[in-house]
Amino acid sequence: MIEFRMPSLGADMEAATLVEWVKKPGDRLKRGDVIAVVETQKGAIEIEVFNDGVLDEILTNIGEKVPVGRAIATIRGMDEALGPALRAAVPVAAPEKIAPVTAPPEEAARPPPETRVVQAQITPAARRRAQELGVDLAAVKPGLGGVVGLDQVEAARPVIKERPGILFDEMRNAIAAAMARSHREIPHYYVTSTIDVSRLMDWLEAENSRRSVPARLIYAVPLMRAAALALKETPELNGHYEEGRFEPAGRVNMGVAVAMRGGGLIAPAILEAEILDMDELMERLRDLVARVRGGRLRSSELSQGTVTFSNLGEETADSVLPLIYPPQVAIIGCGQIAERPWADHGAVVVRRTLTVSVAGDHRVSDGRRAAQFLTHFQQLLHNPEKL
Amino acid sequence: MTDAELAELVKSALLKVAPDLAGEEFAAEKRFRDQFEVDSMDLLNFMIELHRTTGIDIPERDYPKLETLAGCVAYLKTKGFGK
Amino acid sequence: MTLMRKITYREAVREALKEALECDERVFLMGEDVGRYGGAYACSKGLLQEFGEQRIRDTPLSESGFVGAGIGAALGGMRPVIEIMTVNFSLLALDQIVNNAATLRHMSGGQLSVPIVIRMATGAGRQLAAQHSHSLECWFAHIPGIKVLAPATVADARGMLWTAILDPDPVVIFEHATLYNEEGEVGAEGDLGVDIECAAVRRAGRDATIITYGGSLKKSLAATEQLASDGIDCEVIDLRALRPLDDKAIMASVVKTHRAVIVDEGWRSGSLSAEISARIMEQALYDLDAPVARVCSAEVPIPYPRHLEIAATPQPEAIVGAVRGVMRK
Repeated sequence: MIEFRMPSLGADMEAATLVEWVKKPGDRLKRGDVIAVVETQKGAIEIEVFNDGVLDEILTNIGEKVPVGRAIATIRGMDEALGPALRAAVPVAAPEKIAPVTAPPEEAARPPPETRVVQAQITPAARRRAQELGVDLAAVKPGLGGVVGLDQVEAARPVIKERPGILFDEMRNAIAAAMARSHREIPHYYVTSTIDVSRLMDWLEAENSRRSVPARLIYAVPLMRAAALALKETPELNGHYEEGRFEPAGRVNMGVAVAMRGGGLIAPAILEAEILDMDELMERLRDLVARVRGGRLRSSELSQGTVTFSNLGEETADSVLPLIYPPQVAIIGCGQIAERPWADHGAVVVRRTLTVSVAGDHRVSDGRRAAQFLTHFQQLLHNPEKL
Repeated sequence: MTDAELAELVKSALLKVAPDLAGEEFAAEKRFRDQFEVDSMDLLNFMIELHRTTGIDIPERDYPKLETLAGCVAYLKTKGFGK
Repeated sequence: MTLMRKITYREAVREALKEALECDERVFLMGEDVGRYGGAYACSKGLLQEFGEQRIRDTPLSESGFVGAGIGAALGGMRPVIEIMTVNFSLLALDQIVNNAATLRHMSGGQLSVPIVIRMATGAGRQLAAQHSHSLECWFAHIPGIKVLAPATVADARGMLWTAILDPDPVVIFEHATLYNEEGEVGAEGDLGVDIECAAVRRAGRDATIITYGGSLKKSLAATEQLASDGIDCEVIDLRALRPLDDKAIMASVVKTHRAVIVDEGWRSGSLSAEISARIMEQALYDLDAPVARVCSAEVPIPYPRHLEIAATPQPEAIVGAVRGVMRK
């Protein structure tokens, strides 16, 4: 029997409010299954379990504020005996317990009429709209006549516009706390390089012209792929620094900085990014951005990032010197793609260029390592067909 | 389809991609990028939704024509959509 | 821009007949009391005097006989407009219509065509009691080989006849008996040859779609007035053609509003409203926010006393109630 404790969901998250139990006692659990949903400053986060087993007992109620580390449930192994909660519910055939069993069987069999649940009547249009909006039909209150129609689904629709007033203030606080801690505790150094991405962009344009619209890639994807591959060679830039020790990560869980409309910034991670090809990266990125916007992320995405990639995007600025997100030890920032005069074999030409900066934690790495990363990164981008 | 109907179709496509923009005013000649906080991912998803609803294959080099609501309507008309 | 003028439905039918007789010498009108009497509903008043006995032909009281004769004339190259006084009497000519007019093209492998137009008055509302108040449009709409029209407006009464005459196959036109005195607008030169395949949106709306035809159109429009004052905005579709049905127009509206109410003066069982409801279920199920509602005549022979006749047939109050029902308001 193990105690499942509230995991940390980021550098400065101390407590979260439990809003939903997704599994109930007796349910089989696989590693990675979502067991509960909590509400934090960053929105709704799905909590995943780390072990296989069976959910034994729930220790926390809905609405409770749960600090990081508090045991919220117990999970038993597949073959373990039942926990106390379930043991009490199973009828025991001991002699002193015969009294309830001798009750007339017909009475026990007939369910009391008042508690019979009426199946909700959901119109086809409502069902489809609920799917479009991501509304859970089970939670929608029926209207007149017990019917769940379009009106009821629209009323249950998560209204994102109203939340920023509360949510984004809290998010700003969380970002402020994390960035202040970063600035305070991590000795940052920066290494910057301006690279010629003309070949990359030419290749990407040719590639996209061959693909139908839904299959196209945005330019951040080859950048992320190259970064993930280059990080495999410089492990001092990928991992966690905690309690005076650096733990290099076996995988590259790449946090991606995603701006939220309304002014928030969050950097959930694409796990094991180094083994994903560009199509897979594109799909994961698309899914991540959609869930950031919809406020539905997973706990592992927020706590297991081992490095962060921050792409300013088009029409922004030439370079960015970002702050490392603790307990990570590096962050890679890319500015906008801009045409610049470029020297090539003694002649001046115009190339599309991009300025990339790497910030490193000087307790763990130094400028030379970051420069090696940049060289490798650049080499990979000069051969985009091989990415 | 009338211009108004085409504009509605374009708006619905963008709202499908960014539902939190519902209720916002759409200035016909202003770039989406400037009116709302939409980034390259949003705009690509918008192209995909337009492609899905109209069946038109939109080459990347045409993306600059689709930066405004008016631009999108004009583009759809030149492609013969909604005739 | 053509000037519009206001005439009655009856005058529109007469003008359409006159124009057809003038334009095409193959056209002639035949039926009971169409000549000397000027038509049971006065639709052919003065035409005998103008066009003569060869072209305006009074027939004996024998629907089977004169419809058969009309079919024969059409087979011989004429373009007869056969007037059956009302749909109630057409039952006597059903064999001619179904087994000859509708099927000769098929049975002759395309060699024979029967370009007849049959006009009939239809419906209840004039206290003509059980045997003379039928709405049997749905029976005719059931038969492959014919087209079935229901002009509900003066403009359609004016314009559908010519297109029907030009059609190489049989066309049956239903004129609701309560519409003859209705006034409506037509163009200065008339609306020669309007299309006979498309439904028309008589009122655009957002909240619910009312689908109807013929004499029920004006009752449906009256219902929308009352509903509008309660904040319910209805779209009204006038089918115009009952065979073939304009599925496209129906579904476009239902997909938009998510709610459909069909107003059909026939009896509900096996009615046109049942057919339309089935098609909506087939083609737009996932867009529906409520089951399709139907407002039809009560399943009784149509009564003679006025208050009972009104109670037995679709009325604006019942249409309002049905729309509220699908709105769940």
